[in-house]
Amino acid sequence: MGKHYWNEYQKTIAEDNYFYERSCIRQTFFPGSETAFLRIVKEVLEKNIYDEENQHTCTGIGYHADVVPLETTMTVVARLFSLMKDAGYENYVPSCVTSFGVFSEMIEIWNHQPETLEKTREYLRKATGREFDIPKNLVHPSDIIYKFRHELKEKMKYSLVNRFTGKPLQIVEHIGCHYAKIFPEKGVGKAEFPHVLAGMIESWGGEVLDYPERRHCCGFGFRHYLVQENRGYSIANTKKKFESMEPFEPDFIVANCPGCTMFMDKWQYTIAEMENKTYDKDGYGIPVLTYEEMAGLLLGYDPWELGLQLHQIQSEILLDKIGIPYNPKEKYKGASGKILPKPERPNHLLV
Amino acid sequence: MKKIAVIGAGPAGIEAASALALQNMEVLLFEKSSNTLTNILDKAFLFPDFSLANDMVDKLNKKLLHQNITLHVGTEIVDIKQEGHEWKIIDKKGMSYIVAAVLLSTGYTPFDAKRKEELGYGIYNGVLTSLDLEKMIKYNHIENSMGEKPKRIVFLQCVGSRDEKSGNNYCSKICCVTAVKQAIEVKKLLPDTEVYIFYMDLRMWGQSFEEMYRESQEKYDVCYVRGRISEAATTFDKKIQFKAEDTLVGLPLKMNTDLLVLMVGMEASCGTKQLAKKLSIEGDYGFAQSLNIHLQDNETTSKGLFIAGSCKRPMGINETIADARSAALAIMDYVDVNQSNKESLADNN
Repeated sequence: MGKHYWNEYQKTIAEDNYFYERSCIRQTFFPGSETAFLRIVKEVLEKNIYDEENQHTCTGIGYHADVVPLETTMTVVARLFSLMKDAGYENYVPSCVTSFGVFSEMIEIWNHQPETLEKTREYLRKATGREFDIPKNLVHPSDIIYKFRHELKEKMKYSLVNRFTGKPLQIVEHIGCHYAKIFPEKGVGKAEFPHVLAGMIESWGGEVLDYPERRHCCGFGFRHYLVQENRGYSIANTKKKFESMEPFEPDFIVANCPGCTMFMDKWQYTIAEMENKTYDKDGYGIPVLTYEEMAGLLLGYDPWELGLQLHQIQSEILLDKIGIPYNPKEKYKGASGKILPKPERPNHLLV
Repeated sequence: MKKIAVIGAGPAGIEAASALALQNMEVLLFEKSSNTLTNILDKAFLFPDFSLANDMVDKLNKKLLHQNITLHVGTEIVDIKQEGHEWKIIDKKGMSYIVAAVLLSTGYTPFDAKRKEELGYGIYNGVLTSLDLEKMIKYNHIENSMGEKPKRIVFLQCVGSRDEKSGNNYCSKICCVTAVKQAIEVKKLLPDTEVYIFYMDLRMWGQSFEEMYRESQEKYDVCYVRGRISEAATTFDKKIQFKAEDTLVGLPLKMNTDLLVLMVGMEASCGTKQLAKKLSIEGDYGFAQSLNIHLQDNETTSKGLFIAGSCKRPMGINETIADARSAALAIMDYVDVNQSNKESLADNN
């Protein structure tokens, strides 16, 4: 017993030459993550990755909120693929898990319905005069970090170990629903226990927490949040997850989806303000990191360059546990070098 | 003396071998494992009469002592070929045997519950299969993952049966009554343990099954919930938490239990799948296909090749025994007719 059977399923992840597509929302909420990923791929792994400047939405949020029709989504996706074709790449890497799900779904439809593929080609031609190819390899950036996790480990300055106790950090991993719940075979380890983040954690010295609501939605759920009247469902789902993980005392949460990272981070503030309740012992909340931030920190990147100060839950306690140095005076230093005003303090949540 | 090959020494193979031996036929009985009756060895009691499984094993094994039966254990048959009116059987070591007829009784294998990963078998210690629980009952050693007596045990029906996701749309037939039997056995051993059975519908098709089901509720206080479990996970205190829907009440529910028992279905065994394919008698889901389910259920499209027991479809032990006797009768008829044909051919010449 105790064997992790989900380890057994692996997917094909291209070795090199990636076409990168950024997320619509990540640069606002976790502004250092995508830059960190590009830095890791280019500088640490020494791979070729192309960051296209003419990219645009995949329509994912509108598509899942039922405001963008399928044909439109297909054509928009086709335009993104045409950018990849023009750039001379075949391996598509969308930063967002929802984009990854949308692309996987469109490709699946085209594979099953060649006539729909032809229609999409026609729509794209009429609208833009462009042509596109279906990517040979479609993977999420977390797949690439997973694939090279051992190589990265060799170059890391820190590990996921509590330096005060010498014990592995206890980490909650959360996988975006659109990573493998739509197409299980598209995710490392398939749908129920994807291994993509667990593999990174285990390789880098941490311990994955298996708590009852591990596979539960983060609370975003698209229409649960996008329709204002439904937001109670959204926060209720997040609260359910936090109540379930609370007894395990996680050191931090890591996620691979923009929505999951944002909601698990921000709703902690909302719950604290509504109920004066946090899910850690000391009232600071549980830090929520992206996998790029986690990798970047261990590689020795500056926490403020990674953008950790822009998270709702602050990360100094975690940085101290790992032993990562930081300069508190530079926490709010802007890109221009000017020190920016400090954000307003919450009423209940400690920062 | 006519020589017959029987492949698979489960209840079907042994019963048919015995019936054929009593009719003065020489039987070569081949078994891949090192033991006969491997699917019954770890059973405690049999439904519906709660008779000891060991008694059944002893009685069946005694039948093998007949002088006309030669048992070859640890012998895997890899090829079967028809050569004129005879059959050539080849084992893994390359030994070949010439026989007049072949009976395939290669049986079933339990569904591998790890394939339903959302239910956590092989991941959480508190998740068992019906086979694991049967062993615990047999040795009167039922405990949760903390080594304590369980306060609650939950059974889940139809794991790997009637389930499109696992590719098995058929009913395995024996799991419903097995869960009722095991629930009663648990209550006999641990009267204070709460027992729940989650089901889609209960198929109490056999003699005394319905009465057992009723008794389990009236006498043993077993609770039945109509609904399927969607996922299981572990809790901080090492119990199992699962989510389900009570489809009679129409509400989702979340429960904790010490043990979650997955009632695993029956699949065609590896031997059944391989030989059925090789012999071109492969039916649905890898089981062997008979010629006619009503009138020629032991015969196949190849003359002299017969099938019996759960290599055809899920079956309980009593049905398997009856089916094996029926197969023995069909083989005797075939051998007689074949013999008469040869004799009349010789007379005409």
